[in-house]
Amino acid sequence: MADIQELKRTASQVRRDIIREVYGCQSGHPGGALGNTDLFVALYFEVMKHDPSFNMEAHGEDVFFLSNGHISPVFYSVLARSGYFPVEELKTFRAIDSRLQGHPTTHEGLPGVRIASGSLGQGVSVACGVALQKRMDGDDRTVFVLTGDGEQQEGQIWEAALFAPHNQLENLVLIIDDNGQQIDGPTKEVLQLGSFADKYAAFGWDIMHMDGNNMEETVRVLKEAQAKRNGKPTCIVMKTEMGMGVDFMVGTHHWHGKAPNKEQAENALSQLEETLGDFPMEGI
Amino acid sequence: MLSLDKLQSTGKKATRDGFGAGLKAAGDKHDNVIMLTADLRGSMKSEDFITTYPDRFIQMGISEANMMGVAAGLATGGKIPLTTTFANFSTGRVYDQIRQSIAYSDKNVKICASHAGLTLGEDGATHQILEDIGMMRMLPGMTVINPCDYNQTKAAVQAIVEHHGPVYLRFGRPSWPIFIPEGTKFEIGKALHLSEGSDVSIFATGHLVWYAVEAARQLEKEGISVDLINIHTIKPLDAEAVVASAKKTGAVVTCEEHNRYGGLGGAIAETLSAQHPTPQEFIGTDDTFGESGEAEQLLEKYGLGVKDIVAAAKRVVKRKQGSAVVG
Repeated sequence: MADIQELKRTASQVRRDIIREVYGCQSGHPGGALGNTDLFVALYFEVMKHDPSFNMEAHGEDVFFLSNGHISPVFYSVLARSGYFPVEELKTFRAIDSRLQGHPTTHEGLPGVRIASGSLGQGVSVACGVALQKRMDGDDRTVFVLTGDGEQQEGQIWEAALFAPHNQLENLVLIIDDNGQQIDGPTKEVLQLGSFADKYAAFGWDIMHMDGNNMEETVRVLKEAQAKRNGKPTCIVMKTEMGMGVDFMVGTHHWHGKAPNKEQAENALSQLEETLGDFPMEGI
Repeated sequence: MLSLDKLQSTGKKATRDGFGAGLKAAGDKHDNVIMLTADLRGSMKSEDFITTYPDRFIQMGISEANMMGVAAGLATGGKIPLTTTFANFSTGRVYDQIRQSIAYSDKNVKICASHAGLTLGEDGATHQILEDIGMMRMLPGMTVINPCDYNQTKAAVQAIVEHHGPVYLRFGRPSWPIFIPEGTKFEIGKALHLSEGSDVSIFATGHLVWYAVEAARQLEKEGISVDLINIHTIKPLDAEAVVASAKKTGAVVTCEEHNRYGGLGGAIAETLSAQHPTPQEFIGTDDTFGESGEAEQLLEKYGLGVKDIVAAAKRVVKRKQGSAVVG
């Protein structure tokens, strides 16, 4: 049974890591990373069966794919905090010679990453492939994939949306981060997405909803989706607030792809309790 | 050692038939070989594999981008996926998917592309891709192979399945002479010497290898000795064999069913200009789209015929002699 308080404490540290990662290199995407922190912590610290000693093929493990690779700061923090690589390596985020590229890649051999992402719209297809492979190999673990909501404007997503129900990929869980924001502004102004629930239901998916900034609800819904085997893939429409946890970053696309200055970073960190110890870094 | 008199047509079959036969053989040997297709199972001549291993066949529908991603996922879990569709839809349409989810992610995916080049024929220029070798050759880590007949394609499929890493395998639609002796070893990255000669090197890939053989016979009759080399693997290029032949003959002709830019000719020019600058003539389409017509009509119209290879060889031999006088 999940210790929700413990997960929240971990999430606070992960949010600190995010602020310090993007502050350190003065680039990156803090907004979506902060909004998705509770989801990542729930997956990696409670829901998924996974092995930080890392094997690419992941037989007998649940696997997660990040399709919207730009929220890499949260992915790296959670991988490091769950033991895939040393926490202190977070200080190399986006720096020269680092395994922590701006967008995640397998190319530098960073444990925990199974596909490159950054060019949007590709992760659901990859997750479909792994879900198929697991079924072929009699491995009943679950494949999770996260996309942004703006990312759902990519056409490839809808090819995969047809494919998964047709092939009854019941071990596949797609999570859409429905925060209503993309780089150029609110999604409803940039290119309307309408109802994800209606669209995916029409394509033949099971629909679930959750508040992705409510840890208790996130854990409960993810576990239900993980256990469900009814011949259909699952789409979780997840409401989050971009920038969650830092008052001046919440609910705006302004911090989608912008790093805080020193004063802003210190302000942000003052709102987030240090619970597991910060990684070493000069200046902040 | 092969020679011109051993390179006789023993019948005709399409290279895509060779793909189907190679796939079945590779599937028999490796139970993690998976075939995917984007609504073109019939065109890929793979019914033998599909009916023998229905659980290892994935019908994608007309969704090539998704096919590349699904293949990357299958490879992540340890499968050896072969994606199949026409060359046009295997490359340009899905370049970014190949780049990020396959090449950059180092996935063991085999992109198997039929109906490449002009010889696709009557469907016309929308389907006749002449830029695919260039696109795939530009991708770091991508192996690029263009076999020349049924036997070589069949052998190539088995070789790529046993090679770890992303591969682009290009083949074609038309029925074409079978002339590479069965059992000829196919080694990725290793040029196949078809005939020894001393006056001019002809490097050929794909369907045009047969034309190069015929051109070499004519040239030999006219007293021009041809060093004829089949470059089935355009990347990694067998630079050692290319440079050795160019040093021997001092004159080069490249032959490919592809734009003169970016393909085999470009690869050889890049290598020779750095290691042993040599006069070169390029047989390939002249930066143009194709059109509808019969395969051999198109090759002739676009300057890829036997007589074009013969003429190019004579031109380059003359250039060599000219530069020798000047030098």
